[in-house]
Amino acid sequence: MSTIRIPPVLRTSTGGQKLIEIDGTTVGEVLTALVASHPGLEAQIFAEPGALNRFMNVFVNDTDIRHLETLATPVGERDSIVLLPAMAGG
Amino acid sequence: MTTELLGAPPAPPNPQPGPAAPKADRKADRILGLRCRACGRPEPIGPSYVCPACFGPLEVAYDLDLVRGHLSRATIAARPAGIWRYLELLPVAVQPGRGLPVGSTPLLPAERLGATIGIERLLLKDDSRNPTLSFKDRAVAIAVAKAVDFGLEALACASTGNLAGATAAAAAVVGLPAYVFVPADLEPAKIDHALAYGATVVPVDGTYDDVNRLCLEVADELGWGFVNINLRPFYAEGSKTLAFEIAEALGWRLPDVIVAPVASGAMFTKIARGFDELATIGLVERTPVRFVGGQAAGCSPVAAAFRTGSDTIEPVRTPNTIVRSLAIGNPADGRPAAELARSNGGSIEAIPDEATAEAIRRTARLEGIYAETAGGVTIAAAEAARRNGTIRPDDEVVALLTGNGLKTPDAVRLGVPAQPAEPGRPGLAPTIGPSYRAFEAWLER
Repeated sequence: MSTIRIPPVLRTSTGGQKLIEIDGTTVGEVLTALVASHPGLEAQIFAEPGALNRFMNVFVNDTDIRHLETLATPVGERDSIVLLPAMAGG
Repeated sequence: MTTELLGAPPAPPNPQPGPAAPKADRKADRILGLRCRACGRPEPIGPSYVCPACFGPLEVAYDLDLVRGHLSRATIAARPAGIWRYLELLPVAVQPGRGLPVGSTPLLPAERLGATIGIERLLLKDDSRNPTLSFKDRAVAIAVAKAVDFGLEALACASTGNLAGATAAAAAVVGLPAYVFVPADLEPAKIDHALAYGATVVPVDGTYDDVNRLCLEVADELGWGFVNINLRPFYAEGSKTLAFEIAEALGWRLPDVIVAPVASGAMFTKIARGFDELATIGLVERTPVRFVGGQAAGCSPVAAAFRTGSDTIEPVRTPNTIVRSLAIGNPADGRPAAELARSNGGSIEAIPDEATAEAIRRTARLEGIYAETAGGVTIAAAEAARRNGTIRPDDEVVALLTGNGLKTPDAVRLGVPAQPAEPGRPGLAPTIGPSYRAFEAWLER
């Protein structure tokens, strides 16, 4: 299972949960499973099925998945996934 | 020489003159709240920055009809210098009791520099004259006012350098602790600057984007006021004052072209927003303005999107440039910045470091202004846009010099052969003895 860290603004959709463990072999699988178990997150995470919301940045072990294999990035048991707003810069 | 200051002209009659200041009980009515830039959902004013519905960025919404009734050219002209003369267009109810004297920086004619670029009417907005020597003081002034309003316990930021000093100084003035997160390899002058104001500086072993990611997580958990994260909707509004000052200094009209550096893209787009608001409330005529942005070639995701016509900003993982203040690989407002340039016949130029350094030297030697690297990018971008026809010879062009060269002292020497000065060749002369004979010997070499 991978661990997903949920930002505060999305925790109303997870019943206040900050860390959620979910099965999946890729980031896309994990996020799809997350949305299946917490449907309130769908609009924030996916623009459409299989396409990330452009305001959502996803990091695996602190690396932006756009520098890896995007939603096809493989993940394993010890991997940490963080969801953050696309909000960079001064 | 840039010796003449373009001051604000006498205020012409305003068709709808208002009182000198908003009535006490209506001061905050003009601030409607926050609003999602993507889906339009309203949110209450608070230290929040993300739409809970669509994850889009929040921005401040104003009742501009109400502002129109309160703010006139004459009202503004009667107020003291500084950004608070435009209070009604800022997300702060009343001018803070304490704060640095920010804004009202000069707009200077630059004929000598303009002649080398092929622009007859080049004007330099010298924002290096702000209290901490960069335009960031504008944005931080708004952010710190809101941090005090919200009762936040600390001020913080993720910085490429200029914001570090601005945040540290503003926090010092209001008595808040400041935490400044920077890439560990930042220019030492910028780190020392923040330390001087009593900030806690946290060097992070990574790029600016790594620093920013870390700060997003810290901001979420600790509740500190990160000026460019959870105070960002307010912070970004400060850059509009550049637009207000430029329009006022031009006699309440807009220039043909704005040239500005692009890092996150926030300042670039907020200048356009500022012009739009001035036109909406009737202080200027709505005339077309082309926006030319400059990025360092070694970190130019917005220029790349502009060039390819893409509406997606491909992030740069490892920036490679001396222009640290623009080294943001994953710019938050990159897409609207590219759209702004595209929509009005402007451009986003990618500038090699050597051209940046040369532009810094040329600006200093022809106009007496020592700009930091982002300023060099701006001047070189103006030159590139002139070459490719985006800027025409008779355009009135305002170029923004957003920071002081003393913060990036190594940059100015890039590409200059290390050779001692000689009579007729300026530079650093060899050390001589303390006698006239020694000087004469050097002079007659």
